[in-house]
Amino acid sequence: MSIALRTLDDGAWISINDSRQVSVSDVWSLTTGAFCDCSPAYVLLEAFVDVDIDGSIVVAHAIGQCLECGTRDSIERLPVGRIVNDDFYPYDPEGVQWLVEPDGDRP
Amino acid sequence: MPTDVEHWKDELYGTEIRAEIERFAEEGWESIPEDERDAWFERFKWFGLYHQRAGQESYFMLRIGPPSGVLEPGQFRRIVEIADEFSRGPAENPEFGNGWLDVTTRQAIQLHWIRLEDVPEIFDRLEDVGLSTVQACGDSWRNIVGCPVAGKDKHEHVDAGALATELNETFKQNEAHSNLPRKWKVSVTGCDEGCGQGDINDLSFEPAEKEIDGETVTGYNVRVGGGLSRNEPRFARNIDVFTTPEQAVDVAGGLSALFRDHGDRENRYNARMKFLVDEWGPENVRETLQADYVDFELETAGDDLRESYSYNAGDADGKHDHVGIHEQVDGNVYVGLNVLVGRIGIDDAYEIADAAEAYASGEVRLTQRQNIILTDVPEENLDTLLAEPVFEEYSPDPHPFQRGSIACTGTEFCSLSIVETKNRQVRYARWLKENVDLPDGVEDFHIHLSGCTASCAQPQIADVSLRGMKTRKNGEPVEALDIGLGGGLGESPQFASWVAERIPADEVPGAIATLLENFAAARDGDESFREFVLERDDDELADLIEPEETDYDDPYMHNTKRTWYPYAEDDGLDASPAPARADGTPIPSDD
Repeated sequence: MSIALRTLDDGAWISINDSRQVSVSDVWSLTTGAFCDCSPAYVLLEAFVDVDIDGSIVVAHAIGQCLECGTRDSIERLPVGRIVNDDFYPYDPEGVQWLVEPDGDRP
Repeated sequence: MPTDVEHWKDELYGTEIRAEIERFAEEGWESIPEDERDAWFERFKWFGLYHQRAGQESYFMLRIGPPSGVLEPGQFRRIVEIADEFSRGPAENPEFGNGWLDVTTRQAIQLHWIRLEDVPEIFDRLEDVGLSTVQACGDSWRNIVGCPVAGKDKHEHVDAGALATELNETFKQNEAHSNLPRKWKVSVTGCDEGCGQGDINDLSFEPAEKEIDGETVTGYNVRVGGGLSRNEPRFARNIDVFTTPEQAVDVAGGLSALFRDHGDRENRYNARMKFLVDEWGPENVRETLQADYVDFELETAGDDLRESYSYNAGDADGKHDHVGIHEQVDGNVYVGLNVLVGRIGIDDAYEIADAAEAYASGEVRLTQRQNIILTDVPEENLDTLLAEPVFEEYSPDPHPFQRGSIACTGTEFCSLSIVETKNRQVRYARWLKENVDLPDGVEDFHIHLSGCTASCAQPQIADVSLRGMKTRKNGEPVEALDIGLGGGLGESPQFASWVAERIPADEVPGAIATLLENFAAARDGDESFREFVLERDDDELADLIEPEETDYDDPYMHNTKRTWYPYAEDDGLDASPAPARADGTPIPSDD
């Protein structure tokens, strides 16, 4: 089954198979250097720009801001959850995340 | 590659959506195929229906957009009746109860907790009195804003109401303009006070006059490409065009068609007119309009009235808003009433409708500062009208902190918002009124709270701008606000400077209190707050703000977006009663 992935409502959501699954306005923890120099970086997601799938991992392109140093930047490949047997399992924003490299390798 | 939204719009959009809404309403919420919901909810927006956020599935916000905010006699009461019958939610709001109308910054009214099954009946009742939800949301001509007292105002230069009505009749349900790349916001100002707020619209008509063939002609100058959203605020750019009222519809149609044909349909973040004007420049917009979209010679811009603009201008003499009692041209008066954060409880709304019908013409008009106006009040009825108890709360003479408060919908219902807004702004205004003195002579002080960068509360054009954020406090993420200062419109509009970021929401009242103390101490004579801000750089301004906890209590510091409803006793998403059937019974999950 193909997975329908899209952002919705001016980037407020990531929709997966027509169900609103991941919302902006959560604070995500990112490992050092993935977004800014803070360790870890607590990044508020302000909008989703695009969404893609890398293997089984759903990755978002988002705009975010670090709550400690104030860096505002785009996040190219933030893993937000996994597809397993056509079901989506979201990652916990508070769990430390890494960014997915374009070729699927991870730091 | 065109976006999914463009594909959906190509398949079905515009007036054809009505029949589909009625079909789904007849068959019930569950009849919308699960794999088509994103597409249908996007299309429903064109008819003013916006699916509420996660945790509130199957409930909709419904927006009614009267041009220039003018509700004819009987129309306000009809909206109140609809809200009374159809706009009750599964839980109470502690500040507002259960059932209200929200007056918006685009002179519309929003109702929440609407069930799809009720929508055809609501449409019929609205149309019965000449109201509509058509194009209140979606990628097309939105509600046309403008002078809410057009036709009655002593400050009127040209009748903006007539043009707003003509534009509404021409471009609503007009197939050629139904499917634009993004929303298209139009403003028509006719007065010398600038109350149409044209500078923040995609297309703005502003009063002007021009010498043509030896005669002075009254009409409009045209500006395009204004807007506040996405951290990319722009004031509308002057394209050096004057139009007579008779040609204004053709000019508007030409610019709408230009946007339709040249706006970016591949990237919705780049799709608004402001970005096209950035890319092309105003000269190229004018040249293309002339070459391809109108069949008459465009006049160059005329003399405008911007130097007298006082609406939301901060440093000017004049009205700043429509609150208070003001003379009309016909000898009657209009009464501008303060509606704190734009929300009117249903019982209060009935009393307002009763008073408008008993002591005035029954008209109720909506302003861009989320307030309402009762027009056509004979002077001899004024005292009796104002003696009605409801006008103690909805007052023509409110405290400046209440008068100046604007708030968007916030996480109560909105998908984009980062923080709770309306209840918080009510609590801020209450605390500031009780604890903070404004400096001598400061009678207008605007505080706008927007939950996110979409800027629906127009935060960048306030004395104090508040924008939803998060921060960490005592190791935990909490709701916070960025603070900007010194924004406003007027002859030379200015966006606020964001001088303090990520202030915990419970420390913001303390920050405003210290800011005003420092302003009073350092102010030069009777300098306005906006002038005071303009004299200082951002670092100096940041030093004036000292966030601190006070006895202000904020019950919404947690992640209100992670609730199904921030005020419910059990507010967790797992406790949501949504989705629900038409009678309110929850629909069980398939899991």
